Amino acid sequence: MSVVADLKNSRALLVNLTLREVRGKYKRTLLGQGWSLLNPVATLLIYSLVFGFVLRVPVPVGNPSGVALFPLYLACGLLPWTFFSNALTGGMNALLGNANLLRKVYFWRPTLVFSSTFSWNVTFGIELLVLIVAMLVVGAMPLPWIPLLVVAVVLLTVFVLGLGLLLSVANVYFRDTQHFVGIGMQLWFYATPIVYPYSLIQDQAARMRADGNDFPLEFLYRLNPMERFVSVFRAMLYDNTWPAWQDLAFCVAAAAISLVVGIAVFNRTQHRLVEEL
Amino acid sequence: MSATPAVEIDGVSKRFRLYRERNQSLKAALMRGGRASYDEYWALKDVSFEIAEGSTFALIGENGSGKSTLLKCIARILEPEKGSIRTHGSVAALLELGSGFHPELSGRENVFLNGSILGMSKRELERKFDEIVHFAGIEPFIDQPVKNYSSGMYMRLGFSVAINVDPEILLVDEVLAVGDAAFQDKCMEKFVEFREAGKTVVIVSHAMGSMRTLCDQAAWLDKGTLVEVGRADTIVDRYVDKEHGKDVGTGPATTGSSRIGSGEALLTDVAVLDRNGRPATRFRTGDPVTIRMGYECSERVERPAFALALDTVDGMRVWAHHTRDGGPDIPFIEGTGHIDLVVPHLALQPHTYDLSARILDHTLTHTYDFVRHCFRFVVETGDVRESGGVVALGGRWRADLSSLPSEAAV
Repeated sequence: MSVVADLKNSRALLVNLTLREVRGKYKRTLLGQGWSLLNPVATLLIYSLVFGFVLRVPVPVGNPSGVALFPLYLACGLLPWTFFSNALTGGMNALLGNANLLRKVYFWRPTLVFSSTFSWNVTFGIELLVLIVAMLVVGAMPLPWIPLLVVAVVLLTVFVLGLGLLLSVANVYFRDTQHFVGIGMQLWFYATPIVYPYSLIQDQAARMRADGNDFPLEFLYRLNPMERFVSVFRAMLYDNTWPAWQDLAFCVAAAAISLVVGIAVFNRTQHRLVEEL
Repeated sequence: MSATPAVEIDGVSKRFRLYRERNQSLKAALMRGGRASYDEYWALKDVSFEIAEGSTFALIGENGSGKSTLLKCIARILEPEKGSIRTHGSVAALLELGSGFHPELSGRENVFLNGSILGMSKRELERKFDEIVHFAGIEPFIDQPVKNYSSGMYMRLGFSVAINVDPEILLVDEVLAVGDAAFQDKCMEKFVEFREAGKTVVIVSHAMGSMRTLCDQAAWLDKGTLVEVGRADTIVDRYVDKEHGKDVGTGPATTGSSRIGSGEALLTDVAVLDRNGRPATRFRTGDPVTIRMGYECSERVERPAFALALDTVDGMRVWAHHTRDGGPDIPFIEGTGHIDLVVPHLALQPHTYDLSARILDHTLTHTYDFVRHCFRFVVETGDVRESGGVVALGGRWRADLSSLPSEAAV
């Protein structure tokens, strides 16, 4: 595929655009890059307070790690989600936000979506390192899973890239896209076991079965690729065990489909892109 | 110059959609069943020509003729609906300077960013960095965020990065007017350097004077169709002839003229007559013309003097003359009449000119009537053409061949 060649040719540009995003994100703020850690920490504290302390969501015990701390359980799901959400929104706006550049210079256009996503990868990486340190402090041992963790990050990145490519062109042709996505992301957030454990869904499904309702709740719930990604991250970070191979396979499939569809749509629609900006 | 084309343009047509109601909301799209209502507008219609390698090529035409669209198609920013464009060699486009600069980043960071957008590698940029900064002349500010730059500094840095990309084909759109005179000279020098290195340059500009001397080939576009391709000087001359006076409006001024004077004698009508004695607004260099001033007096005016002055449309005084210098001594004027100035050869180069006329007393201190810029006319290329400036002196070249070195005769 020529995509690989294009990507290789625009490597230098990709690096520079990513650096621009990373450096530009927190320019002129007192705390600078510190914000990339403060933001998730603040979110973690708020969610821990609301869901852990007020709503008393049951805290699953890590198996075999033995950790039972809601903020850490939350973080293992919230960090991949925050990356996904930021990268998707950033990718979606990458073309519109750089309209001036697109109108004046030719370069391989997906570079913009790629660099936006990769800049969030930098933030995600730092957050994951901090989380791993925190897990070590409370006595868990996520270190052996770091190589597989990297694979999971790559898969999630590919998944969000595909969606980002798709939405970036959709957003150029229909400006409503960003607002729909804003609502969709809220729904998606609560449809993924981040602030609550998957066991609550299992309980609900069991209750429905007992009532004679054969609505396939668990089956539908597990079609959500983000549910699989969160499960994979949690297995390695929180439980310190191998993720289920079905979950991993699901992630690979989701990432592949997303990227292929994203690139296909992008290529088909990009010829009138500059005029529509 | 080699014969292989650097750019082959083959039957290129480019359509734009002019939306009646911009279909960028999903609601609107759904209500119309997914179909947006739009008018088609062909900005380019079946344009074909080749740009030879090593040539400096001008694209000329009025606003809206499609020349910038064509340039963007060559730069691959726009894709044509029909036809194809093949380029042989790396292409860099100077469409807008400093596009892609991030205001919060320093000049240094932006040089690397902008350079890579234009297709330069990191190593290349490191090698050329000092040259880029020096050319822009902003060494003391290179580590400041570019948002603190003056607009001139911003443009200069943008130009400096772009010109150092060193492509085989450089596309330039109206950016020659960057910065102060000294910087413009540097830019011109850079273009000439480019040409001497055998690179191809394609320029879109309205500065016809510099296009004529800078370029060797030109294509003239009109409303999206190709009118002519050929030598730059010929094409530019033809284009200038056709366009001059078309927009500015010639003949007796309707607006913009101002009038002062005591009014005992008034100018009724001022015109330039052609060789057949008919008023006209278009002449050629070397034509015989007559400038006629009509007057009307409310009382008898003793010993009047008539004066004429000529300005270029951009305001330069070219010539002035009055009847007290070699004219007839007019004892008095009464009622209506006219006075002519007969010019055997119009010694003006192609341009648009404004005529002013005045009636004075014989001491030239009292003005009866003065109408500024009362008549506008256009001079086109005649049989004799001279290379530049406003006046045509009609000089002839003569080389004393006997004084040349003898080798030249071999």
